[in-house]
This record gives sequence, C-alpha cells and structure tokens, in this order.
Amino acid sequence: MADRTGAPLVEMRDVSVSFGGIKAVDHVTVDLYPGEVVGLLGHNGAGKSTLIKCLSGAYRMDSGEILIDGQKAEIGNPRDARKYNIETIYQTLALADNLDAASNLFLGRELVTPTGLVDDAQMEAETRKIMARLNPNFRKFQDPVKALSGGQRQSVAIARAVYFNARILIMDEPTAALGPQETQMVAELIEQLKAQGLGIFLIEHDIHNVMKLCDRASVMKNGKLVGTVNVGEVTDEDILGMIILGKQPHG
Amino acid sequence: MAEAKTSGASAGRRNIFQTLEFDTRLLGMVGAFILVCIVFNVLTDGRFLTPRNIFNLTIQTVSVAIMATGMVFVIVTRNIDLSVGALLATCSAMMAITQTQLLPGLGLDYGNPVIAPLAIIVGLLTGALIGAFQGWIVGYLTVPAFIVSLGGLLVWRNVAWYLTSGQTIGPLDDTFQTLGGIGGTLGVTGSWIFGVLATLVAWAAIANARKARISHEFPVKPLWAEGVLMALSAVAILGFVAILNAYEVPSRVLRRAFEARGETMPEGFTAGYGIPYSVLLLIAVAVVMTVVARRTRLGRYIFATGGNPEAAELSGINTRLLTVKVFAVMGVLCALAGMVASARLSFHSNDIGTLDELRVIAAAVIGGTALAGGIGTIYGAILGALIMQSLQSGMAMVGVDAPFQNIVVGVVLVLAVLIDILYRKRTGDA
Ligand SMILES: Nc1ncnc2c1ncn2[C@@H]1O[C@H](COP(=O)(O)OP(=O)(O)O)[C@@H](O)[C@H]1O
Ligand SMILES: [Mg+2]
Repeated sequence: MADRTGAPLVEMRDVSVSFGGIKAVDHVTVDLYPGEVVGLLGHNGAGKSTLIKCLSGAYRMDSGEILIDGQKAEIGNPRDARKYNIETIYQTLALADNLDAASNLFLGRELVTPTGLVDDAQMEAETRKIMARLNPNFRKFQDPVKALSGGQRQSVAIARAVYFNARILIMDEPTAALGPQETQMVAELIEQLKAQGLGIFLIEHDIHNVMKLCDRASVMKNGKLVGTVNVGEVTDEDILGMIILGKQPHG
Repeated sequence: MAEAKTSGASAGRRNIFQTLEFDTRLLGMVGAFILVCIVFNVLTDGRFLTPRNIFNLTIQTVSVAIMATGMVFVIVTRNIDLSVGALLATCSAMMAITQTQLLPGLGLDYGNPVIAPLAIIVGLLTGALIGAFQGWIVGYLTVPAFIVSLGGLLVWRNVAWYLTSGQTIGPLDDTFQTLGGIGGTLGVTGSWIFGVLATLVAWAAIANARKARISHEFPVKPLWAEGVLMALSAVAILGFVAILNAYEVPSRVLRRAFEARGETMPEGFTAGYGIPYSVLLLIAVAVVMTVVARRTRLGRYIFATGGNPEAAELSGINTRLLTVKVFAVMGVLCALAGMVASARLSFHSNDIGTLDELRVIAAAVIGGTALAGGIGTIYGAILGALIMQSLQSGMAMVGVDAPFQNIVVGVVLVLAVLIDILYRKRTGDA
C-alpha cells in the first residue's frame, strides 16, 4: 500500500471538459500518490479517456487545475506533459503505422549522432534492450508497426511510456488487445513500476485486474465522479455497483 | 538471439533480391523504365538510346525532378501543392528581373560575376517566402492544401505575368545560363573525377552502414550481397558518366570556342560534354532531400505526421509548423527548378512551368508516393520524373501525335497507381 501522507504526486481538481454540448468531464477531482495505482473505471463514454488526456496534454481543460507535487502545473500540450515526466499509453496506442518500432518509441525524442542526424542504429539497440525485458518474443524491429500483431503494437506503446523514466504513468486500457499471457506480463510490469515509486492511473475494464492491481479506484459515470474507494476495503461487487448504478456502496 | 544474428539462416525461403534488401517497388520502377527505353529504342531504330538523346532526356527531366522531391514531402504529410508550376514562374520572373533590370539599374554591368548569385538568392527567398506563406494558411488557418494551392496556381501564375507585363525577359546572364543544361557541363575529365568520387562515397556509405549494424550486433547482409551492391553502384554511376561523356561537342561549337580564345582548333580535336551542372544540382538536391527524409528529425516528423497525424501531435510534434516547413522547402525547390528551366531556355517566358504541377505530382505518384500519406521516397519521385519524360520524348521521336502523347501519359499515370494498389494489396502492405 502506497504512503499517502505527503503531497500527492498528481492532483486534478474540479476538472471540466465539454465537446460542444456534451459535458465529457464534469467537475471531477482525482489524485494519485507515488507508488500507487489508481484505477479509473466506468462505462464507455464515461469520460475516463478525456480526463486523462488533460493530464497528458492532449486536451485542454475548460476549467479546473492540475497540481504536480503540490505545485500548480501548466500542461498545454504533450510536450509540457513530458517535461513533468508524465508518460501515456493511449487507448488508440498513437503509433505511426508507417514507422518501425524504434522510430515510434523515440518519436519526438530521437537520439542523434554528434552531427545532429538521427541515430537509427542506437535507437534500434535501445529498443531491442527494452523489448527484451517487456516482450522477449518481439522480433520485428525492421518492419513498420502496421505489420505487427495487436499485442506487439501494444508492447511498443508500453515500451515508449516506460523507457523515458516516467514518474507518472497513464495507461488507458493497456491490456485491451492482449491475450492472457501478455496481460499477465503487463500486470507484472505494473507491480514492478509501482515498486519503483511511479504513480499510475490505470483505465481497465476487467474488474478482476482492478482488484488485483489497483490501490484505489475512482469511478466515473456520465462525466461525473461517482466516488473513490480503497480497493482493499470493498468487494468487486461494490465497485461494479458504483459503475452500473453510479452510487457509493455505503450510503 | 542466435537466429537473429545470421540472416543466412532462413536463406532457403529468401530470393536473391530479398537477400540484397532491394526495395521491390524500386525494382519494378527500374524495370518499367528499362522496358520503356528498350521499346522506344526499337521503335526509333536505335535513336532513343544514343548518348545524345540520353543527355537531352536527363537535362529535360531536371526541373520537374527537383520539384518532385519536394512534392514527396508535401504528399507524405497528406497535402498537395497545385501551385508549383505557377510558383516556378514567379520565382523565374523575379530572377530574370533581378539580373536584367534591377541589378544593372544599380550599376552592375552585364557579365558582372555577382549577378547570377544575387539573382538566385532573390529567387530562393521568393520561393521560400511564398511556400511558407501557403504552408501557414494550410497549417495554422487549416484551409485544405488543395484549395490553398489551387488559389496559389491562379495567383502566382498571374503575379509572374504582372511582374513581367507578360513579356519574355532575356537574354539571361551568361553565368546563370550555364545552370540550364548543355550550356554548362563538367567536361570529360571533371565528370570522371566526379564519377569516381561518387562511387567512393557510395561505397563508404555501404561500408559504414554495415559497420554500424555490426557494432550493435544487428543482423547484416552476407558479404557477397554487399559486394554486389557496391559493384552495381559503381556500374550505375560510372556507366552514367561514360554515356554523358560519350556525347561529343559538335566540332563547329569547339572551333568557335577556340576562335573566341584567339586560337585555332587542332586537327581531329574532340571533347565530350560530360555531366551538366543542372544534373549535378539535381544529384545534390536528391542527396540532401534523402538525408533529410531518412536521417533528420524533420524527415522523421514528416513521415510520422503522414502516417498518423494524431500520434505525431501526441508525441509533441508541432505539426502546424511542420506544414509551414514542408511548403517552404517546396517553394525553395520551385525556385531551383525555375532557375534551371529559365537558364535552359536562356530567357524567362510568360508560360514557363505551365502544367508542371501535373507532371510533378504524377512523377511523385508514379514513384510510389501514396496520396493517403506516410509513404514515399525521393529516388522514386526522380525515377518517376525520368519515366514520364522518357515516355513524352520517346513518343515525340516516334512521331505520335500530340493529343495521343498526353492521352498515353494520362493512362500510364492511372495504371501506375493501379498497379501500386494491387501490389500493396497482395503484400498486405495497405
Ligand atoms: N474529441 C472529441 N470530440 C467530441 N466528443 C468527444 C471527444 N472525445 C470524447 N468525446 C465524448 O466525450 C465523452 C467521453 O468520452 P471518453 O472520454 O472517450 O470516454 P471513456 O474513455 O470513458 O470511454 C463521450 O460522450 C465521447 O463521445
Ligand atoms: Mg476511453
């Protein structure tokens, strides 16, 4: 269990985002401590992806604020988020299909030679190293990622988030495209990263994985926060109840 | 992994081209090009593949080929530029006015050595500014590139007309004219030196790439495959030089050159043209654009944005600014193409570059650039330009009527893209 006495690593206060008339995120407050996994749960369309995209710099909030280490943070675009060591595995993976694994992993942060040219060999070497850890069966280093299976693509997206020493990791349905064995590997990775003191927002539909991996769970419905619970203190039925009925378990 | 280190392990299933790591599409294009050449050579009783005709083909291709390399970047980022022919005309007009009216008006006489460089700088700036401006409208104001450049086609064609009052402007500066083709060549010795240097550079590049892969313990091609590549590159480069050197300067031209120096031409004196400066320029553009495409951040971002614009944004790439840069590069290349085109004519004409936008787009597309974005190569676009020019010249030599020439080129364009689509479907490379 994470230590939740100091300042939270991330605090998203009273965040609202609307698209046209739709209030995708409606005055939501969540927080995250170092070494903690917070599950974000809710039906499709509840606003989970929109909420975390404010943290990753993909969307701008209409109102609300984000605090990192207790300090107000200005995150206007993905580059800002990267400066705060926030890394994201998007639900859509956000891979450039026409580029190989290494180019995707280092996209926007290419390694360069002393002459300023991109150092493909070095990037491929680094990619091989991290893939040996994350997905030892990965072989297709030369192919564009469109030639990869769903699981392989997912592991490229995960590698990209993990490689750059994130402090804050956002995982939007990271196991959606994975088989049981690969899902198990992601679960182990999450445990490892958590032990290293990262804070992780995990969007996950499988209640079994939520109970196993998360310390706390924040449930959303129709853009609103239903509530946040300590996973150790509730049953999976309590959480399912929150997701479906949109009500806190005890009163 | 032991298996990964020896690429020979699965050699049984690989054919020779795969072992050489040749791009199949490149092979297809080279094959198509050779076929076109052979067919026309037969139809013209051997007049198509003479040094003279090959020399002419090469210099006729340069202007469109230079622009086609930039069109690759434009199309890869899912845009299009219909204004390149018109922009070429505006740049050409600016350069012509600068060298024949502006600079002489400032007291620089005809033949002053700084006239050509200054005119070229003015042209390049014009191209860069107009290109960047159009890119800004596309990237920041989000007007579709099709519309911006369609408007640009009308605007810049007529800006050129207005600047020159529709007049032909010439003759252009003598130094400037050497960039047009036959008026400025390296000569036999210079061309051989260039050919040998280029071969050495190609070999060094192949060797370096191999060394880098070995130092990272990546799989490498078998040594014989590298040897074949080196031999092929040497044959291609030196063969090209040999052909251009074999095109001999007519003796009356030589005699006049001797007379101009107050000498008489020795009996039996001959000289070959060698590589034209305009072709050297195209080679330089090709090398620079290829390095930009494959080895710089800018190039990486161009391809990433074309492959998945959203992913590029989420990776922190400023795709709007990138659009400005891509169109600015296109503008600079239009200026270079305008320089070559007007130098070849020896004057600026009002209709210079007319319909070039179609040739340039066709060259890029025949060269394998996908309109859906994300895919394209510089060498492909240049080959595409060469194939188009060969078709056009070949048909003219055979005596095909003008309307049929254009009909054939149009059909070939559609066929080339159809074949590409079928090929990509078959290889699952959608
Ligand atoms: N870019 C967008 N434009 C318009 N509507 C959007 C956009 N992104 C999300 N929405 C809407 O916001 C709501 C929340 O979506 P989302 O955050 O993706 O939910 P979740 O990730 O919980 O499934 C949905 O109604 C969705 O249609
Ligand atoms: Mg979602």
